[in-house]
Amino acid sequence: MSAKESNWEVVIGLEIHAQLATRSKIFSGSPTAYGAPPNTQANLVDLAYPGVLPVLNGEALRMAVKFGLAIGAAIAPRSVFARKNYFYPDLPKGYQISQYEHPVVGKGSIGILLDDGAVKTVGITRAHLEEDAGKSLHEGLANASGIDLNRAGTPLLEIVSEPDMRSAKEAVAYMKKIHTLVRYLEICDGNMQEGSFRCDANVSVRPGGAVKFGTRAEIKNLNSFRFVEKAIQYEVARQIDLIESGGKVVQETRLYDSDKNETRSMRSKEEANDYRYFPDPDLLPVQVDEAFIASVRTTLPELPDEKAARFARDFGLSAYDAGVLCASREMSVYYETLVTALGVPHAKLAANIVMGELSGALNRDNLDIGASRVSPEALAGLMMRIVDGTISGKMAKDVFESMWSGGGTADAIIEAQGLRQITDTGAIEAVIDSVIAANPKQLADYRSGKDNLFRFFAGQVMKATGGKANPTQLNELLKAKLAGGGSG
Amino acid sequence: MSLNRQDVEKIARLARLSITEAEMPVYVTSLSSIVDFVAELSRVATDRVEPMAHPLEGQHQRVRADVVTETDQHEKYQANAARVQAGLYVVPRVIE
Amino acid sequence: MYHTLSIGELARRLAAKEISSVALTQHFLARIQRLNPSLNAVITLTAERALEAARAADRRLEAGERGRLLGIPLIHKDIFCTEGVRTSCGSRMLDNFISPYDATIVTKLKAAGTVMLGKSNMDEFAMGSSNETSYYGPVKNPWDITKVPGGSSGGSSAASAARLAPFTTGTDTGGSIRQPAALTGVTGVKPTYGRVSRYGMIAFASSLDQAGVLARSAQDAAAVLEVMAGFDPKDSTSVDAPVPDYPTLLEAPLKGLKIGLLREFFEGLESRNAALIRDALKVYTAMGAETLEVSLPHLPLSVPTYYVVAPAECSSNLSRFDGVRFGYRCDQPKDLMDLYERSRGEGFGPEVKRRIMTGTYVLSAGYFDAYYLKAQKVRRLITDDFRAAFEKVDLLIGPTTPTPAFAIGAKVDDPVTMYLNDIYTIGANLAGLPGISAPCGFVDGLPVGMQLIGPHFSEARLLSAAHHYQQSTDWHLKTPGGYE
Repeated sequence: MSAKESNWEVVIGLEIHAQLATRSKIFSGSPTAYGAPPNTQANLVDLAYPGVLPVLNGEALRMAVKFGLAIGAAIAPRSVFARKNYFYPDLPKGYQISQYEHPVVGKGSIGILLDDGAVKTVGITRAHLEEDAGKSLHEGLANASGIDLNRAGTPLLEIVSEPDMRSAKEAVAYMKKIHTLVRYLEICDGNMQEGSFRCDANVSVRPGGAVKFGTRAEIKNLNSFRFVEKAIQYEVARQIDLIESGGKVVQETRLYDSDKNETRSMRSKEEANDYRYFPDPDLLPVQVDEAFIASVRTTLPELPDEKAARFARDFGLSAYDAGVLCASREMSVYYETLVTALGVPHAKLAANIVMGELSGALNRDNLDIGASRVSPEALAGLMMRIVDGTISGKMAKDVFESMWSGGGTADAIIEAQGLRQITDTGAIEAVIDSVIAANPKQLADYRSGKDNLFRFFAGQVMKATGGKANPTQLNELLKAKLAGGGSG
Repeated sequence: MSLNRQDVEKIARLARLSITEAEMPVYVTSLSSIVDFVAELSRVATDRVEPMAHPLEGQHQRVRADVVTETDQHEKYQANAARVQAGLYVVPRVIE
Repeated sequence: MYHTLSIGELARRLAAKEISSVALTQHFLARIQRLNPSLNAVITLTAERALEAARAADRRLEAGERGRLLGIPLIHKDIFCTEGVRTSCGSRMLDNFISPYDATIVTKLKAAGTVMLGKSNMDEFAMGSSNETSYYGPVKNPWDITKVPGGSSGGSSAASAARLAPFTTGTDTGGSIRQPAALTGVTGVKPTYGRVSRYGMIAFASSLDQAGVLARSAQDAAAVLEVMAGFDPKDSTSVDAPVPDYPTLLEAPLKGLKIGLLREFFEGLESRNAALIRDALKVYTAMGAETLEVSLPHLPLSVPTYYVVAPAECSSNLSRFDGVRFGYRCDQPKDLMDLYERSRGEGFGPEVKRRIMTGTYVLSAGYFDAYYLKAQKVRRLITDDFRAAFEKVDLLIGPTTPTPAFAIGAKVDDPVTMYLNDIYTIGANLAGLPGISAPCGFVDGLPVGMQLIGPHFSEARLLSAAHHYQQSTDWHLKTPGGYE
């Protein structure tokens, strides 16, 4: 942070729109599947034909309540759908059905892990149900836009945070935590490329120590963690520069341009929109009773924080590592299956391999852990061979790659490729002897003080054994032989 | 008059309604008269009265099962549209 | 003459094979051809479909099926979406709109074997009390074609009065079934809010709109309402309660019925109208009913309340008419704003635009509390008044309208004068109560209607009360000259 920036406090609040993973839309029976040809998933209700009426999808309500319980929020026994009125081509009714004064989920909170290992509690003001709008497309249409209403009516859960975040990093940590949570709860697939998880950031600055909030700008539709971070960083710098040069921050909506790495004011929202919210007369107040809440509560999985705490405690992992392994529910399940197969004493080793080799392979091939080419049981099989010394750690990396690309168990590959580690002292000594004999000059140089030639000898021995000599034993025996006794 | 021309222009813009020059004074007069008429409500005492959004007291929103019930009928539905291209509804350029 | 017969009698003759549905249909189609031009009540005639439906009804009758409405022709108010048939809502905005689906009540009436002859004229988007705001021109009152038939269901009421169909459907948001029924001498029923599905009924004010029927008698109306009413899962405001068999309940004894005479209804009422209502009351007391005076002190506020709530809701409901997916689209829009403003500015008539703007205003920032929220609070006060009254009486009686039919063009200048026509009917919409208007006499040769209002879901009792009255009187059997 620059000297300039350190005089300022940054205040960030995030509004996250998570598309709920229901099969049908929130107010109609149209499918919600992504990627269908334009307007093939928009029925009369979605198209706002005259005379049509909305009926609430019960699963969307369940998912909202589930989220509320997971953040420890009060669930409103009575919530109301309201119309947010504005004209836009992707909003066929000319209003969006949302919730305004009476959202289904009230105040809650979530903990985020900061870089220094501390946990910060971020407040969540509310979460409410609403419907998504359609999409405007511009390619191939001269001076016109094409409207696709497939997405119109998809259920959204809008999650509003308190303005508790104080840096772009905190904002990203919060966003990631919510992302993890909604996937754990299986209420949202979190697919940001497909627009299932979108974020708007409200950013303002104020002089360090000030009590009043500065004027905030809203940056809309940030659809990656990286963009959220960069957009906020840019915006903070922009606002500080503006204020310090005598200007005033305008309350407005801005878009982030990732190519230019800047935010700019949105042209089309000319006048401040007067949304004329009022309770939707086509929908009745939503009642949620204790029995319903209790039934939703029974469907809550072990939440990410609880699971990470359990891993740290039971498996001796650091808070950070436990957090990484619990970032996705599938990953945590994979890891736990692995540890169960392998045994708790090897939990740390298992963590290293999952966060190392396995994650590397998944990222390289752009796969989710659910599509891992090596099952936890197979991976356990490989790790057993490291633990029992059959192969070295280095050799294990190759075996892993073979398992990843061609399948098969570790044992089968070790057998087939003859990869057993050589641990027989005599065998290693024999190879050492022949290498020393073949390199008299280097031997002489080493003995006269060139210690770095040790590596040369070690490399030659390892090469001669096809990489299979146990490294620890090799080093011990080689040292002894080079030191004295045996001149080839 | 309770509303002036500027008020009416603002409302017409919010409601996306074009009003011709000739029509404008008529709307200013008639809207003012309506607003004056309904202002009578301000004289009624309503402290602690709950607003009533629905005539059905005690009824609450029913939910439906999360099942897909619709099939693709876009050709039928788009038969009513003035401009459709490649399955999209065409409008003048939307500027973000 | 078929058009002078009740629905019950027509059904009996159809069942006895004395007439066929096709013959009946042809009879009414011919009447429409001959008599409609002077009335402008029917704006879309669906002769081919009607005959096809009549043939299908005849086949069902042939197969031994029976039903109160099987083979009976009707005309639908052009606010109900009818698949494959233009549904204009009386507006240029939907002049080119062919609905891809049927409203629920249309489906129900079809399933019962009715035959749709066509769609009736109406005030544009149901906004009006005289059927003068229609894009298709005003409707004339068959009792005097220089007079309005009332609105917004003016086409339906004129068609029923002129016997162009055994019954017609209508909608009532502030009185739009009852008021035209009164001005044209037919029996109009507005059910309890939520009794009849709103799915497919083009929305005006969602918390006030209800579909209903205009027929020549309470008995006929009962047969129709029994088919129209019922829970619809597609309408979240539809009530899941069983539908009583209204026709069989008509004869329930009247003795001991407590009828409330609404003090506020009679204040300022023209004396000849008032006299007719009092006469009607005498008929009831002679039949064993008791009368009591009741007061609904907040009732006079119902008109300003309505003219905040209804425009607010309609301003939002009509936002979907933007030229993009259906309906009128202006020529060569230069940009998006122009597309919206001109499609809507040119597609909507002045009364609709006035109400949209009123609604936009009362919902807008800074005015919401003073107008919209305030109106919703007064709505509750009015509703509570009705509830208190119904603790003392079984139903309320009063006039339906302040005067008989007025001249076409008489009230077009000042909207507020027109709004005051709804003064007796609006309260029932605000409180969601059922109401009936039945003919009770004439003033200067023009029909006068009396109104009965009951508590929620008291349609059976209201219909029965109106039926008993109609068994002691014959106002409902009178036909306008030239339409016999």
